[in-house]
Amino acid sequence: MLDSALNVFRQGRNLARLMEGLWVTLEISAVSVLLSMLLGIVVGLLMTTRKPLWRAAARLYLELVRFVPILVLLYIFYYTLSRNWGINLEAKIVAVLVFTLWGTAEMADLVRGAATSLPAHQRESGRAIGLTESQINRYVIIPQAVRRLIPGVINLTTRMIKTTPFVFFINVPELTKVGQQIVEVAGMKNYMASFWVYAFIFFIYFAVCYPISRFSGFLEKKWEN
Amino acid sequence: MSTAQPVLRIRDLHKKYDRLEVLHGISLDVPRGRVLVVIGPSGCGKSTLLRCINGLEAIESGDIELNGESISSGKTRWNLVRQKIGMVFQSYDLFPHMTVMGNILLGPLKAQGRDRREVTREAEQLLDRVGLLDRKDSYPRQLSGGQKQRVAIVRALCMNPEIMLFDEVTASLDPEMVREVLDVMLGLAERGMTMLIVTHEMAFARAVADKIIFMDQGVIVESAPPNVFFENPVSDRARRFLNIFQFDGVKKEEQPHVES
Amino acid sequence: MDLAFISKYAQLYAQAAKLTVILAAAGIALSLVIGLVCSLIRYYRLPLLKSLARAYIEMSRNTPLMIQLFFLYYGLPRAGLRLESVTCAIIGLAFLGGGYMAEAFRGGLEAVSRVQVEAGLSVGLSRPQLVRYVILPQAFAVAVPAITANTIFLMKETSVFSIIALADLVYVFKDLVREGHSNENNLLLVLFYLIIILPVSLFFAYLERRVRRAGFGA
Repeated sequence: MLDSALNVFRQGRNLARLMEGLWVTLEISAVSVLLSMLLGIVVGLLMTTRKPLWRAAARLYLELVRFVPILVLLYIFYYTLSRNWGINLEAKIVAVLVFTLWGTAEMADLVRGAATSLPAHQRESGRAIGLTESQINRYVIIPQAVRRLIPGVINLTTRMIKTTPFVFFINVPELTKVGQQIVEVAGMKNYMASFWVYAFIFFIYFAVCYPISRFSGFLEKKWEN
Repeated sequence: MSTAQPVLRIRDLHKKYDRLEVLHGISLDVPRGRVLVVIGPSGCGKSTLLRCINGLEAIESGDIELNGESISSGKTRWNLVRQKIGMVFQSYDLFPHMTVMGNILLGPLKAQGRDRREVTREAEQLLDRVGLLDRKDSYPRQLSGGQKQRVAIVRALCMNPEIMLFDEVTASLDPEMVREVLDVMLGLAERGMTMLIVTHEMAFARAVADKIIFMDQGVIVESAPPNVFFENPVSDRARRFLNIFQFDGVKKEEQPHVES
Repeated sequence: MDLAFISKYAQLYAQAAKLTVILAAAGIALSLVIGLVCSLIRYYRLPLLKSLARAYIEMSRNTPLMIQLFFLYYGLPRAGLRLESVTCAIIGLAFLGGGYMAEAFRGGLEAVSRVQVEAGLSVGLSRPQLVRYVILPQAFAVAVPAITANTIFLMKETSVFSIIALADLVYVFKDLVREGHSNENNLLLVLFYLIIILPVSLFFAYLERRVRRAGFGA
């Protein structure tokens, strides 16, 4: 039984291809998370401004994106862009676009939470010791907000990684797609191929996400006060 | 000490936290209808003593008897024993998700399986006695600290306990609310409730106690009727402890004193 | 807007939505049970079981549902265990959701103070009574926002069920795309997801208000 497992991964370039698939997965996740962070900070700060129109617009965007499944967004963008508007983007780019759209909403909510959860007296005590507003932001507000933000951002990263299998549906050759292709070929000769390949991919996702989750938990505990 | 069987009898009780021995051979009897007040400096083990009696802390050695039956063997069914021991804590311990009535009825209905109508009537009588009948449908968050503690006392009383344990029940109250809670306890003493009270309120201790137990560093240093203890403490340690309050007493002369 | 298209295929979408709702309801209900059991095991630090619960929670939270489904539907039959796609969907969703719900309940249980436990014991409640009347109601109240987020998340996750040959909303969409892509098709897909997710979200918002009004923990 174990022989069958070893065979699947030894055959041809199967193992190397899986690793290439993993690379695509990580690439899409990393780029999407970075873009989401940048845009999310902007949208999140918009949500804390006093201008009601900006706030309402940001809120609407956030709710809409969070209620619609990411896979649905992915499909709609994929087909609408190419077939209706004739924009032929590489599937990978569409994936990054959609994940960023979603990630930005999640990030914006984190930023809003971190910015509004700081007690008002923090700013006041900064003023009391004679700091300027920008000094208060720099030495008092931002360091605290960042601490509140980071565990959430790391958490968003693992969620992004766990969302990447969706690009399977638009034929991006990431880990899951590569796995399926290997199963299709090897499965004819090797009865146990699908069992081992999917178990292996399951394990890879765990091996990537678990350490990141632990790290986030560690930071959360460390910064509890 | 009376010859009749005491409600609570403790013999040579030892209790350790890790290596630190907090109770070092405590023996005492609480006869029926009597009020014992335990006083002593912080960390002397008085609160731990109460928690051991109610099985909230495991003991290392010694024996605790309730009505002549040992409750310190490994086989004690604590939920049955605790129905006979009422306890009120320092921190407000009402269940925040239940009304005043819900809090009081929980034990009698669920632990004792008593009839709802009968218990409700009893609960209403008790609430009336502590002046809170009109708050029976309130939630704990709508009550003041003093009111919460009075409800907590009623909740314990409604189990018809053999003995009531009070663990510094006024320690986290604002001064103006202390009195209303102590009055309830004085009322209980008048009605002959058996009680073991840990408190820092010396005037109250003197008024309510049949006997004062002075503890320090895990042992009972002195045990005497209140007038004897407060007028002529025998040990140095007790004198030093009382001196602290004497000093306080000078500054607080204007305040009303609790009379028995 | 092609109303003819919409009226022609809305029925198809409605059927798919019904299937999605049934699978989601079953999976989420199961995940609540699994989550509650796991969190109680960890709360009471039951030896051995607590390590198993911990391992399960970490596995379910750190792997994607799609891979779990692929393994259940395409991998397991080769090892001799053949499950129908409906069963796979429910098991997969419950496996994923159980870990998330366990964390939600754990947060709630940890928020119940030690004094509450002692107060419950001192009115003579037995352990099960203590859990039933004192600990769980308070823990649940604290856990509601997390349970809400998890439920919405799990409902959205159902969108991958077409990979194990279930005729869900995405499946219908793909089917119609083959005959030509249209905005009406987009609209129907989004609309039907909103129809099944919005009421759930509104219900939980109502529930959150109710628990907050009860003022637990005050």
